[in-house]
Amino acid sequence: MAGNIWVLAEHWRGRVSDLTLELLTLGRELAGGLGTGLEAVLLGHGAKGLAAGLAADGVLSVDHASLAEPNPEASCAALAALIAQRKPQLLLVPLSNVAADLLGLLPPRLKIPLVNFCRDVRAADGRLEARCVLYGGKLEATVVVPGAPVVIGVLPGSRPASAAPAAAPPVTDVAVELPGDLKVRFEQYIDPEPGDVDVTQKDVLISVGRGIQTQDNIALAEELAAALGGAVSASRPVIDQGWLPLTRQVGKSGATVKPKLYLAAGISGAPEHVEGMKGAALIVAVNTDPQAPIFSVAHYGYAGDALEFLPALTAAVKARKA
Amino acid sequence: MSAPMPDPTVTRYFAVPGWVGLWVLAVLALGLFVRRVYQLVGVLRRGRGDLRWDRPLRRLATAASNVFVQRRLVEEPIIGVAHLAIFWAFVFFATSFWWNLVRGLVPILPIPYSDDLPWMAYPMEILGALALAGIVVAAVRRYGFTPQGLERTRDASVVLGLIALLLVTFLGAEGARALGAEQAGARLPVGTVVAQLWHGLGIAPAAASTVYLAMWWAHMATVLFFLAYLPYSKHAHLLFAPFGVFFTSLRPGAMPAESEGASRLEDFTWRQLFNGLACAECGRCERACPAHTAGFALSPKELVHKVKELVLGAVGTPAVAAAPVAGGNGTSFVGDVVRAEEIWACTTCLACMTRCPVFNEHIPLVVEMRRHLVAQGEMEKRLQDVLVNLGRYGNSFGKSARTRASWTAGLDFPVRDARKEAVEYLWLVGDYASFDPRAQQVTRAAARVFQRAGLDFGILHEAEQNAGNDVRRIGEEGLFGVLRDKNLKTLGGVKFQKIVTTDPHTYHVVKHEYAGNGGDGGTGMGGVEVLHFAELLDRLLASGRLKVTTPVGHAVTYHDPCYLGRYNRVYDAPRRALEALGASVKEMPRTRDEAACCGAGGGRIWMEDVAGIKERPAEARVREAARVRGAATLVVSCPKDLVMFQDALKTTQLEGSLAVQDLAQLADLASATVRSDAHVDA
Amino acid sequence: MNTLVLMKMVPDTVEELEIAPDGKSLDVEAVRPIVSERDDHALEQALLLKDKHGGTVTVVALESRDVDEVLFTALAKGADRAVKVAAGDAMLTAAETAALLAKVLPAVPNLLPAQLIVSGCQAIDDLDGVVAPSLAERLQLPYLGIVTGVEVAADGGRATVYKEYAGGTRGRYVVCLPAVLGVQAAEKPPRYVPVAKVRATMKAKTIECVEAPARDEASLLEIAAMTKPQAAGRAEMLEGSPEEVASKVAEILSSRGLA
Repeated sequence: MAGNIWVLAEHWRGRVSDLTLELLTLGRELAGGLGTGLEAVLLGHGAKGLAAGLAADGVLSVDHASLAEPNPEASCAALAALIAQRKPQLLLVPLSNVAADLLGLLPPRLKIPLVNFCRDVRAADGRLEARCVLYGGKLEATVVVPGAPVVIGVLPGSRPASAAPAAAPPVTDVAVELPGDLKVRFEQYIDPEPGDVDVTQKDVLISVGRGIQTQDNIALAEELAAALGGAVSASRPVIDQGWLPLTRQVGKSGATVKPKLYLAAGISGAPEHVEGMKGAALIVAVNTDPQAPIFSVAHYGYAGDALEFLPALTAAVKARKA
Repeated sequence: MSAPMPDPTVTRYFAVPGWVGLWVLAVLALGLFVRRVYQLVGVLRRGRGDLRWDRPLRRLATAASNVFVQRRLVEEPIIGVAHLAIFWAFVFFATSFWWNLVRGLVPILPIPYSDDLPWMAYPMEILGALALAGIVVAAVRRYGFTPQGLERTRDASVVLGLIALLLVTFLGAEGARALGAEQAGARLPVGTVVAQLWHGLGIAPAAASTVYLAMWWAHMATVLFFLAYLPYSKHAHLLFAPFGVFFTSLRPGAMPAESEGASRLEDFTWRQLFNGLACAECGRCERACPAHTAGFALSPKELVHKVKELVLGAVGTPAVAAAPVAGGNGTSFVGDVVRAEEIWACTTCLACMTRCPVFNEHIPLVVEMRRHLVAQGEMEKRLQDVLVNLGRYGNSFGKSARTRASWTAGLDFPVRDARKEAVEYLWLVGDYASFDPRAQQVTRAAARVFQRAGLDFGILHEAEQNAGNDVRRIGEEGLFGVLRDKNLKTLGGVKFQKIVTTDPHTYHVVKHEYAGNGGDGGTGMGGVEVLHFAELLDRLLASGRLKVTTPVGHAVTYHDPCYLGRYNRVYDAPRRALEALGASVKEMPRTRDEAACCGAGGGRIWMEDVAGIKERPAEARVREAARVRGAATLVVSCPKDLVMFQDALKTTQLEGSLAVQDLAQLADLASATVRSDAHVDA
Repeated sequence: MNTLVLMKMVPDTVEELEIAPDGKSLDVEAVRPIVSERDDHALEQALLLKDKHGGTVTVVALESRDVDEVLFTALAKGADRAVKVAAGDAMLTAAETAALLAKVLPAVPNLLPAQLIVSGCQAIDDLDGVVAPSLAERLQLPYLGIVTGVEVAADGGRATVYKEYAGGTRGRYVVCLPAVLGVQAAEKPPRYVPVAKVRATMKAKTIECVEAPARDEASLLEIAAMTKPQAAGRAEMLEGSPEEVASKVAEILSSRGLA
């Protein structure tokens, strides 16, 4: 029997990531097409309860104290052992900060191939083909997925997130030998200073990117946010400049937000940012470059200058109220 | 013939002849003076060399016209005239002093005292009185209406007091002489008036000679004291300034020779250190500085003052090879005494150097210190990124060089590639004109104007690199060299006759700083005519080659760009062109060499906004333009001015009241043919 | 404290990327190589550690067009040694690069063992692997990636490493040295070195060149095609002046109860 399709269930601070749920949808599709089963792999410590929300045929759980927090050394050892034991056909790994190290370590350890930056996997001509993003999105490669086992790193957006299953999947506890003296040891988390604003709780976000040009111009976004009862967030370049605190960052390394309105002002729409906001109910984007990737994810777009648009919208909104 | 007054140094005082006392005082005073000057020159010699003996006649002429006519001082009329009086009085009084000193020290010399001769005494009286009036004016201005940038130091008070004292004592002596004169005709005008004063104080004519002696000695003592005090005070400017003017850079705004930058005394050239000694602390530079007015940390006057302190602090200390000579206690000159924010605030607009009456050179100081900061890698991230982009892509926008000519897509005719065909005019477009969307409209307008005038022109497309003017002003000499050499190499393979550009920064650096040195192509710019668009437009209109079909028909005001105006004195060509286009020019209060910088120069357009700025230079300028009655358009001829002023219109909310347009746009609209190819493109 | 920095050249995406006639690969001629951004940060982190603790920094890269300037720039910034591995003309994939380096580096005199090996945690062309963790595996060294801060203990046996998570949270780890770290961002932005200094370094120093087989292990991936991406979806683009568009947007917001 050909091996199963595995999805690495990525979880952090007690929550399974949305990306994992997307991968379960993808995995189900592939498993169906190949006539094989779908299993989720849950590595952690005291995290078995999360298995209930995973839409898979079964969950392989490895519970070990070293896996309490993300630890690439321990995770890699655990997964390598699991794969050697159970020989899956394919392992789908979420491309996120939590699992990234694993993605780099596991394939060379087992001397198996890796297909990275994948945004879609489909069966075609009797084989699996992966569509991968290269060079920051400038080109796409269609890769023939090699023989088993193979690791695929998947980007957000490949499939919709799977819903929790009606009945919890059966959990198999797997005992794995982990080295006693780990060379990489987690100590603690350092959370950023609590900001005045939790962007994940806001219904309206006016988000600024490089196109805002100077720190002073952020005031234009603040005014609009005030008029709409929302808050200002930003993409990475603005945070890196120190113009807004880290707590305002939206994206892969920042917050994932799902507001009712996300207005992207002067944001190009790099994948790392889009990841954090694509779930917003209404996305309006302003960018001087009509080819900016943000327009692929926005519902409405305006190819113009954010510095002109923001005050104009503020005025229009206020005029309506009057 | 005035009444014979006793010879002050032959007269005996308590049986001791006067000349003994005079010798004592003179040796003391001169000794102190010479010692101090020697010390100061010794410190100057620790600086790097900088040969400035070229073109001595031209230097002499510049010195003469500025020192004797005090051209720059009379720009502020009231104090200018007062200072002129004081200066000319000084010329006579100084002559008189040395004359009298020699005569007084060597009484057997068969020459009279200077003031015994009417042709000396007469002018000295008149100038003396005028100068005294001038001192009063200066004092009233300094203490009653203190101008910005003028510090009421004790030193300044002492100087004013000493000058007043020496004038008063001289006039008092003249008064005594007149009091004692038997014939009324022997009295000189001012002396006569003072004689009345003496008389009013109850001094009888018989006592005139006593009063005269008292005044004479008081005067000599004052001047000798002043001589000794001079090299310790800001009044040393009268000693150093003429040399400063003589040794000034003949090309205004010329950059210092290649160096690793300055952070210690020994890193500066003698001429750069000299600025500190020649400075009279008048504050004109500070008043003119757009950065200072806006609220930046920079004051050109403070900068020069810090150099002065650096020099004075080094007197008596040994030359130390490695350690920084600076504020003492391990502080460094660049960084602690002069802070980085001051150094980066300069826009290199040249206002300070244009106003400075002693021809101090502030901008080379800034550039030398910037070179040091750059060598240390101490600059803000945004500037760093721009420099990396310039080095890698040849433009400050970080865009692929292949897109440099993408602005031409909006034209309905192709723009020739000068690398492939010979052209008469090689158009160096510049970064902002090529890449900024707002400036691109102006570039297209200029292209249409050239086309309509039948000009044979071409561009370098992706081979053009940033000309490097602001890179040099940032202090990245190495990168400037790379950009210049790449451009020169390209130019070496191109057949052209003249160069034209719409960017004043490109204009200045190619015209003055591309000549001869560097470039494998060997194409120095010597001999090749470099024109700014305004100059070329002026010619095209004057010769009729460009015909005006729709005159502008309204009044405009014009902003002189720094690198076209102050640096290159091109003031008339753009104005003639505007008049020829049918726009009448109404000047702003600060016009021509007083034009207020937009704030983009010196690489500032590549730097972050600074907190605490009261009013940005561009905002101040558009407000000034908006106040010009009858002119609703501010005309610019620099792409950075365009961008800065258009942004300023928004932040000052003047968008409805004032429009900013480039000269090229006006020319495009005014010369449009019936087919109306001059649409205002989006 | 001796640190090894691995630097990789990737295509500069500021320029247009063209697909080769075979439709499966990048047109290498049109590519303008640039240092991978994260590797620049890795170098900066290494130099910061050198500033603090002393020691040496060695930079290693595969030979390619423009790599000399990168290596000289690294030397000008403060690196002590630069080693170039000549592996033929072809552009190696990330996995191939790691395999090659694992073979070649131990053979270079006085290079390994290094206390710390750093490289970027990711590059834009990491299709079949990531260099830093792959090399860590092959050299059997511990690895931690997405690093934004490193402190080395006084005895040089351990490092405290900060790893970036979502929302600005960082995780603090202790890693036994020798180890490999994948850097996301250095504690300070990469330093600037003036052109004059790089030029002077080119005259004063040399880059060591090490020969290597063209490809040690070939990539396990087969690329069927390379294409320009199609936009998945497209926003409804609004036209007009800023005021006109603002008015339309205000209406849309109003209809959704947002304004």
